Order: sequence, then C-alpha cells, then structure tokens
Amino acid sequence: MSRVNMALALILIACALSLINAQHHARKNFVELERLKKEARTLDEEWGQLRLEQSTWAGSARIETMARTQLGLITPSLDRIRMEGASPP
Amino acid sequence: MNYHSKKLLKLHLAPWRMATVGGLIMAGLAVVGGRAFYLQSLHTDYLQGKGNAVANRNMTLPAHRGMVSDRNGEPLAISTPVESLWARTAETRFSEAELTRLADILGMAPDKLKLRLQTRKKGELSVQRPLTPDQAARVAAMGVPGLSLRREYRRYYPAADVAAHVVGFTNVDDLGQEGVERAYQDWLAGKSGERHVLRDRRGNMIRDLEPVKIAQMGGNLALSLDMRIQYLAHRELAAAVTANQAKGGGIVVIDAKTGEILALSNLPVFNPNNRRNYDPQRVRNRAVIDTFEPGSTMKPFTAAAVLERGLFTPQSVINTSDGLIVGNKRIRDEHPHPSLTVTEVIQKSSNIGAVKMAMTLTPEQFCDTLHRAGFGQKPGSGFPGEASGHVRNAKTLKPVEQATMAYGHGISVSLLQLARAYMAFANDGEVVPLSFLRREPQEVIGERVFSPQVARSVRSMMETVTHEGGTAVRAQVPGYRVAGKTGTAHKLIDGQYSADRYIASFVGMAPASDPRFIVAVMIDEPMAGAYFGGSVAGPVFAQVMAGALRSFGLPPDAPLEPARITQPTLPNPIQTHKAEATKNGRPA
Repeated sequence: MSRVNMALALILIACALSLINAQHHARKNFVELERLKKEARTLDEEWGQLRLEQSTWAGSARIETMARTQLGLITPSLDRIRMEGASPP
Repeated sequence: MNYHSKKLLKLHLAPWRMATVGGLIMAGLAVVGGRAFYLQSLHTDYLQGKGNAVANRNMTLPAHRGMVSDRNGEPLAISTPVESLWARTAETRFSEAELTRLADILGMAPDKLKLRLQTRKKGELSVQRPLTPDQAARVAAMGVPGLSLRREYRRYYPAADVAAHVVGFTNVDDLGQEGVERAYQDWLAGKSGERHVLRDRRGNMIRDLEPVKIAQMGGNLALSLDMRIQYLAHRELAAAVTANQAKGGGIVVIDAKTGEILALSNLPVFNPNNRRNYDPQRVRNRAVIDTFEPGSTMKPFTAAAVLERGLFTPQSVINTSDGLIVGNKRIRDEHPHPSLTVTEVIQKSSNIGAVKMAMTLTPEQFCDTLHRAGFGQKPGSGFPGEASGHVRNAKTLKPVEQATMAYGHGISVSLLQLARAYMAFANDGEVVPLSFLRREPQEVIGERVFSPQVARSVRSMMETVTHEGGTAVRAQVPGYRVAGKTGTAHKLIDGQYSADRYIASFVGMAPASDPRFIVAVMIDEPMAGAYFGGSVAGPVFAQVMAGALRSFGLPPDAPLEPARITQPTLPNPIQTHKAEATKNGRPA
C-alpha cells in the first residue's frame, strides 16, 4: 500500500514539474511569437517605405527628365514614326 | 511514547497560563483570519484592480489605411509610419552642446529650437513632424529626458500631381476628402483591434487573457488607371495647355471594351503631398464634376438619331449653301459648302447640315436619343460629386433650341460623360458602365444605345474626320485607323456667348476597325491664336492615343505602305530613313 502511495507521489511530483516546464516553454514561445510578430510588422512597414521609395525613384516624370537632360533623348514626333507590318509566322 | 507517564517531564502549570497563551494564539489567528477575510472578500475589487494594473495591459492594435494602386500595382497612395518628435517642456534638461547637436540633426537654427523649447506649455509640444528615419534614430540615440518620438501614419502620394484628381487625398484624421480616397473611405480605412494581455515583471507579454480582437487592416484598392497612359495624358495635356496659353483642360481615356477609366487628368492641378497652398479651384476634378457646352462633338449623336430612324443614309445629300434661319437665329458655317453628304457634314463639321438633320426629328425623338446616350444623367462612375449635365425638356423644347442642340449648344455635358457616350459608337452600339476600379472582363454587361449598323456607320463617318479634308487631320495616329469628332464651342460667359473665348475639344477612338480606346480631350480658352478643336485638342489626342495603343500592344489596322512590304532586299537603313523622311514629311 505504502509502495503504491510512494509511486503515486513520485508521479504526481513528476507531473507537477512537467507542468511547470510546459508553462515556462509556453511563455517563452509566446514571447518569441510576439517578437516575431513585431518584426513582421516592422518589415511590413519597411516594405511599404521601400515601395514608396521605389516609385519615387522610378517615377515617369523623373525618368523622363533624366532621359532628356542627361542622356539627351527625345520623344519622336508622330510623323517620324513608321509602323511596320509584323511578318506572318 | 507517552510523555505524561514520565514523571520527570510532568509539568505543573497554572491553568491561567495555559488559558493566556492559548488565548493569545487564538487571538492572533483570529486577526490573521479576519484580515484574510477582509482582503479576500470585502476588498477584492480594489486589490485585484491594482494587481491587474501592474500585470495586465489593454493594447490597441493599430490598423493602417489600405494602399491605392494603379491597375498594374504601381502605388498611388501609401500609408507609412513616420516618427515625429515631441517634447515635454517641463521635463527637458539640455546642455548647450546637446541643444546644438539636436538642432543640427533636425536642420533647425539652434536659436529657433531653443525658443521653441522654451515655450512653457502644459503637456507635450510637437517639435518636428515628420522626421526622416535617420533623424529619428539619431535623436533616439541622444537619449535626452523629456524628448520622445511618436509614431504616426502619414499618407504619401508617389504619383504626386499626375493622378491627383482621381486619387484625391485624406485629411489629418485619415478621412478621405476627395476622389477615390473619399469614394472608397469605408473600404480603405482600417479598424483598429484590441487585445488584453498578461505581462511579467520585465514587461514581456506572457499570454492573452481574452480572445484577441484582430485589427482589420484597410483594404487595398486597385484602380483602373494605367500609370503609363495617365502620365502620358497628363504630360501631353500640360504641354498643350502651356503651348496654347489656355486656362485649363481635361483629358479622359477609357477602355471601350470594359468601361474602365485608364487615365483622367485636369489642369490646373495640385500636389496632394503638399497642401500648404491649398486652393479649392485646383482640387476640382473638372472632367467629372464640371460641365461645358460640347459644341460639334454632339453632331455624331444628331447623325445617329436620324440614321436610326431611316430619315437619312450616310450618302444622303444635304443642301448647305444657303444660310439657315431657325426662329430668329441664323445658323452659319465657318467654311461654307454648297452641298454635303451626311458623312461630309460630320467630316467637315457643318452646323447647317447638322441642324437640317435634327429638324427632321420631333423634339421627343431627338431628346430620346440624347437621353439614351446618357446625356442629362450621371455617368455612374461612382466618383463623388459627379455632374449629370443638362438636356432641355423635350415638351418645352423650342425649334431654335433643338437646332442649337444639334451642334452641341444649349446642352451641357461633362468630359467623362462625353467619353462615355462615345462608347456607343466604339462598341457597336453598346455602352459599358464606367469604372474607376480595375475590372475583370467577365464582369462587363453593356447597355444597348444604338443598333450595331447605326453605330458602325457613324463610326466610319467619324473616320473621315481624320482623313484629308476632315477637321482633324492632326489627330491621325501612324499605323492605325482613327475615328473621332472635333468640337469648337464659344464659351458661355454670364449668359452671353463670348466672341473670342472657346472650348476646343476632340473625342476619338482607335483602332477604328474595332476600337479599344476612347480619348476625350478638352482645352479651355486657348489664347495663343489657334482655337479649333482639330488643331488644339487633336494633337494631344494623337499623342496619347499612340502611346496607349503602343503600351497595350494592339496590332495596327491601317493598310501599310505597300512599298515597304514588297521590297525584296533591304537597302542601307540610314539612306532609307533619310529618303522616307523627305518623301513623307507627313503621313497621308
């Protein structure tokens, strides 16, 4: 009888310890999850900023100004454009 | 073992001592018990509140406004977090060196910054907003007490003035004020969420105490605009307005197959990123909310009205030699012709011809055709404040009014409405509902306005407008067949037609064999000499249409010059180019 009791007491202690362990892990994971969520949010915001930056650099107006001033390109007037027929495949 | 049985251990205590000690212990227990009872059941709310205040936190989860993009995902409006610098002036302690350093980071004069921080004000004061990310990091690194960075969302418009009228803008509270930002406010605005969490001693979140109310991020919105075409339209319109010393102008590009608005621009315009010099006149999206008298761009509808009732055929000859008097008004033509066919009336834009056609109709018939084409009704694009224009009531229509309406006076339309109505000619008689949002092709259900035969014959009449002898030779696009109609209307100023102020317009479509795009151009008060629709608005149309056709990669439908196809060998390309250039100064 007392052996059974001893065994049960040991099992009980083991369970209690593992519960504490599990709780601890759960909290650690939760903290990690929160950190990653925050990181995701930061990255998301950074992505938005980069998109904004990209569209600012790649804006048609800016490219056109650069093409005209730095590269000396011009838009051909319509009477200087000729359409060629695509050769049938 | 029984202690009482051992004589040695037997104690003889006075009973009062037993009673005193026992009583004291009992009293102590009672006090502890009473205290426990008091704390546990009578004082719980207060204590639990205190405890929760330390460990529990209610957090709002911020939701930011959705992004607006063009049809290809190019961003047009983005909310992005920016840091702004705030100071609790009562708490800030600066050394002189720190102040100089801060001023240097912020790019302010040290004296000015000092003055700013000296303003004794309760609470917080905004020092600078917004900061660049770099500035924010450097200020945070200084760690001055009383200074704090605060994160706020700011909306940016990367396309700036190019798409300003369509996209609109938001106010400081992130509420849409104009344009799409206003029309789709509910969709774009996010709904902030909430969570209730337990925190440990270090402030880490440990677990959620209640189910999280997830923040609903604002929805993204893909507009129907195509930024390539939008930019081209905006640039060409601006160039034409400057070259013609005009007061303003507007341009609308519509996909005739789907009803999507690919580009819409007006001048004057504003920059939504910088609203310091806010001027309501510049913010008006004139192409949608303002109306004008269209002039001759109405004539195709007059022609369609008589064709669909079998009163004329495209070849019917109309005598246009004599001046025509309706009521007490004399109708005249800018360039008189003795007689014209119906096609030539459109090609050469004869007022007399148009009036003679319109007068064969009853007022009800004429107005019915105009109503079916959508005049006098909102075009239904969903844009806030859309104008419906004005068509006179058929019951009270006087003959002179019917006559002037035949060539587009005494009727008011918006540019968007005009472009929409031309969809009937482009789409073999069907008008597809307009949309500022990108659409899937299967969503489209059109509404029949004209029969396919009528639409096609009016379209081929309008094709002659850009041919030699038409009013808009300059609206030609190399390689494509173009159909369109010019309009030159005297401006109505204080109820009088001005003699020297005009509205020049051109509405056209291409490729004429199966039109894909409709471009409507309107130039308000060109003052540099030229004022005809064909010469002022026509070239803008041609440039924008050429760019749109090219960027969508539509195959040319005009017959190619035969010499190029039958050439057996390729000669030196440079010489050929020169020869072509001299031979074809202008394409026919």
